[in-house]
Amino acid sequence: MRDRISGRTIFAFIGPAVIALAAIGIVPLLYAAWTSLHFFNLTKLKNARFIGLENYREVLTDEVFWQAMGRTFFLLGTSLPLQIGLGMIIALVLHQPGLNILKTLARLSLVLPMATTYAVVGLLGQVMFNQKFGVVNQLMGGADINWIGDGTNAFIMIVFWDVWQWTPFVALVLLAGLTMVPGEVEEAARLETKSRWTVLRYVQLPFLLPGLVAVLILRTADTLKLFDMVFTLTRGGPGASTEFISLMIQRVGFRGFDQGLASAQAIILLIITIVLAQIYIRVFYKEV
Amino acid sequence: MSARKQPSLWGQIILLSLIIMICVFPFYWMVTTSLKTHIVALQTPPAWIFEPTLQNYREALFEDGVLRTLINSLVIALSTTALAVLLGVPAAFALARFEFRGKKDLWFWFITNRMVSPIVLALPFFLIARNLGMLDKHITLILIYLTFNLPIVIWIVTDQFRGIPYDLDESARLEGASQFTIMTKICLPLAMPGVAVSSIFAFIFSWNELMFGMVLTRSEAKTAPAMAVSFMEGYNLPYGKIMATSTLIVIPVLIFALLASKQLVRGLTMGAVK
Repeated sequence: MRDRISGRTIFAFIGPAVIALAAIGIVPLLYAAWTSLHFFNLTKLKNARFIGLENYREVLTDEVFWQAMGRTFFLLGTSLPLQIGLGMIIALVLHQPGLNILKTLARLSLVLPMATTYAVVGLLGQVMFNQKFGVVNQLMGGADINWIGDGTNAFIMIVFWDVWQWTPFVALVLLAGLTMVPGEVEEAARLETKSRWTVLRYVQLPFLLPGLVAVLILRTADTLKLFDMVFTLTRGGPGASTEFISLMIQRVGFRGFDQGLASAQAIILLIITIVLAQIYIRVFYKEV
Repeated sequence: MSARKQPSLWGQIILLSLIIMICVFPFYWMVTTSLKTHIVALQTPPAWIFEPTLQNYREALFEDGVLRTLINSLVIALSTTALAVLLGVPAAFALARFEFRGKKDLWFWFITNRMVSPIVLALPFFLIARNLGMLDKHITLILIYLTFNLPIVIWIVTDQFRGIPYDLDESARLEGASQFTIMTKICLPLAMPGVAVSSIFAFIFSWNELMFGMVLTRSEAKTAPAMAVSFMEGYNLPYGKIMATSTLIVIPVLIFALLASKQLVRGLTMGAVK
């Protein structure tokens, strides 16, 4: 059916985008790789010199780096199940028939957290969770909790905002999946069994799976990228209790000025990201 | 049946109201705090009833230069969106309509672009921009924002193009139209919804971006989120002003997000599900 289209035509259409992305995406990566092989400190540029894999050796044996990595995955492990659980409940409620005006209102409210600038969520967190004038302590009956100054509390606060911002997204993805289930099939299943769980597990779940896979992939990637909200809320502190991987690299590179070491950390993060992406795609999209 | 449904109806009403309150309350608190004087904002316990003032907005916009950073953000977000559409639409057309070697690898490359942490690019970009004397320039942010905007535009618009029947291309070609004419005259008008949604996404992501804005600008090209964060230096923080700036940053995004709320989820999951 389709005509053969000349390579030149194809290139004319897709070439500019590929060249632009390569120039602004790949060239910096190569430069980061080059930097990572050097002693490269912004305050001592005269001493810059090639040191081979020394930076990588340092990162790979650096406990602080792996702790930040572990903390990042721990955050994913706590907030993702919460988001999926709460998102599922919200989606099921919104999927019920009736109460249309209230449901439309709820659906529109769900857009608010997703639309909030990540940096603003952090700033808002500073105001609402302040020990003295914060509304959260007031709403908890005049509690006197030091949210920002205590490691465990600060971590809980980060989980709270991550869940606040992303549960709506999960809910709307799952709701989209639920509406894909053919009405007759769902009706028939409900006549067969009283158990909502059975309907969910055997009738609705297959339609929810693509959405859940998307959530898993996106949330993993976004958690590895997580920076803005935590930076404006805690700057990684107190101590290192909320220092996730992107914050750590930023600290080493722009506050410690050791760009060589930070580049090595960034390259290792990039490798972990790509490996994860590959695993996800292999596991979930076998046909690709 | 109705006896079983009755309590669950009330349960639903309570749950729905709870969802609405939890989603809306932080917004309410942000806006009301922005209308409080410095003294009221730092009151213990927090005040729910107070005399609103626009002083924070006046000070932030005209004395501290937030207005200029908002204009910077607007210029940068609009330019990078326009550039992403200009480069992305033809690429999307090629991915949807042409067969060529390495097409799937190209797709995978776009997906990984979305997964890469900005800090990975921020380090080398800072050094390159510094060496080229391009720090604190609008164009630097416009270009680096393409790394996440171009993939978004390409994903969403490719999907749109695929939905347009191939017969339309066929008949146009029989009349001697070139691929370029087919794209601009026939497919593009039909793909406009996708172009619009992806533009909204590109705009929102650029408008919200913090890390590059912080690392690559000083004063001239400073963006609004970077400005809001710079209020956080020192003691006795001006929380009312910070919340006023935050409100000014969030409102435009909110309008766009509500306009595109139907497509929001689809757009966000696009890269992952494809």
